[in-house]
Amino acid sequence: MAVSTKKIGKTKQNSSLWWMYLPALLFVVFFIVYPFLNGIRISFTNWNGFSQTFDYIGFRQYIRMFTDPDTWTVVRNTLIYGIGSTIFQNILGLAYALLLNQSIHFKALTRTIVYLPVIISPLIMGYIWYFFFSYQGGALNDVLIALGLERINVLGNIDINIWIIVFVNTFQFVGIAMIIYLAGLQSVSRDFYEAAEIDGASSFQKFKNITFPLLMPSITINMVINIIGGLKLFDVIISLTGGGPGNSSQSMSTFMYDLYFAREDAGYAATQGVLMMIIILILSLSALIYFRRKEVEA
Amino acid sequence: MDYTSSRKKIALSTFALLITVLHFLPFYVLITTALKTKSDFSSKWVFPLEISWANFSEAWEAANLGNALLNTGIITFFAAALLIIIGSLAAYPLARRQTKLNRFMYMFFIAIMVVPPLAALVPLYQLVVNMGLMNTYQVAIFNNVASYLPLTIFLYAGFIRSTIPKSLEEAARIDGAGTLRIFFQIVFPLLKPITASILIIACVYIWNDYQFAIFFLQDESVQTMTVALSRFFGENANNLNLVAAAAIIATLPMAILFLLLQKHFVQGLAAGSVKE
Repeated sequence: MAVSTKKIGKTKQNSSLWWMYLPALLFVVFFIVYPFLNGIRISFTNWNGFSQTFDYIGFRQYIRMFTDPDTWTVVRNTLIYGIGSTIFQNILGLAYALLLNQSIHFKALTRTIVYLPVIISPLIMGYIWYFFFSYQGGALNDVLIALGLERINVLGNIDINIWIIVFVNTFQFVGIAMIIYLAGLQSVSRDFYEAAEIDGASSFQKFKNITFPLLMPSITINMVINIIGGLKLFDVIISLTGGGPGNSSQSMSTFMYDLYFAREDAGYAATQGVLMMIIILILSLSALIYFRRKEVEA
Repeated sequence: MDYTSSRKKIALSTFALLITVLHFLPFYVLITTALKTKSDFSSKWVFPLEISWANFSEAWEAANLGNALLNTGIITFFAAALLIIIGSLAAYPLARRQTKLNRFMYMFFIAIMVVPPLAALVPLYQLVVNMGLMNTYQVAIFNNVASYLPLTIFLYAGFIRSTIPKSLEEAARIDGAGTLRIFFQIVFPLLKPITASILIIACVYIWNDYQFAIFFLQDESVQTMTVALSRFFGENANNLNLVAAAAIIATLPMAILFLLLQKHFVQGLAAGSVKE
């Protein structure tokens, strides 16, 4: 019996069964890898997006990108969307998870309502908050007027609008962080806490020395998910501000969209795409490596 | 002791209720807005004295939401089905056969997760135009499949590695069953819990997709919910009551799915995060 298993196993197991992932590989290569590599090629051209002819112009688009003041506005916004949302989603998500991990009433209700926005299109979420923040007849300004204050134009103010977008993105996806932290908290064994209680540890000490280190895997996954999501932000910006006023709330995604479709500047849009890829790669990989290193073996 | 702990419970429960109310506020504003007539200029905080359901039927007609609902449904259904079949098929050897090639392939699929779809917008658009796929269901289906395959493979591979016993497949192999038969008859049925979670996550993502749809489905006959809504918003910036009604209609199918299958939503996320 043992001999025959080994024999059959050997002839079959020599193959890596690569044909089983061939369809997946084809999809990914054709719709993601090939366009991306082709994008690098286009970033060295002056293509306008529709004409049959274009010229290779070397690094001109890259020089243009690094000297374009819009690039820095857009990169700064993208970093604020990515890092800002990550920080708020994690702090709030962890706080909610710690609360819901206690024995309290309304647990299921709170979890449902906090998670609900996750399943709504970010575009529609943007519209919903637009009813809240719009200058004319917005719910927020109604409150300010009732309190005898001046109306404020939060979406039109270039110092505030990006933070409103961070807020809406945080509101929408804090439910994911909360659920992941809750799952992490529930996987921490009670024994650790009982041992700590015998040693007379305070609640804060228990959190710092037991909960937090054992939550590191959840922190890693949340940080990486949120950073990638925040840096790619597109839909909610379109519905809240359209990237404006001017380019003040544009992210790299919306900026590229604008360059390609509105300004017919495809070569330059592709160059911005390469920069976006590099920034996302560096940030998400360093977040992954940094937090992985901090994880403890539980 | 009991007294303080029950006081603590009441305080924390009140706090939880407060959080719930705060998170519900934008939905409350959405609902009051959708139920008011155009001539009702009362604050969005005020619940309408006279409820007007007409906004829903008017929005349904004007934004062509029936058509958008059908398009979104077709795209979501086929993309999710393809994702499940192709993704589970790919994850099986990647989880089971630890050859050098397979390890590399697994890393390759995971790395793709980081690529922002918009970074390749320009060449992707060109590719779609060249293939004559503009304004077709296929382009939305294929793009969604490609972009969520890495996550699908990641979740399936983790599940196969941690919960499917190898002995089952070995027994079947001794009986002379081929790999494909083993996979579909023995392994795939055991993947049901993770399949349910992936299906739900994928349906939500694809249903809500705007990035691909806005580029490739601009023609009204193929436009999806999100595209229809963004167009409708553009046309009705002065009549937000209609936009609110349309937003509720567009959101309802996934909201109902969520309320019915909440457990699976939560489990899917937890499965992907606690593993590894």
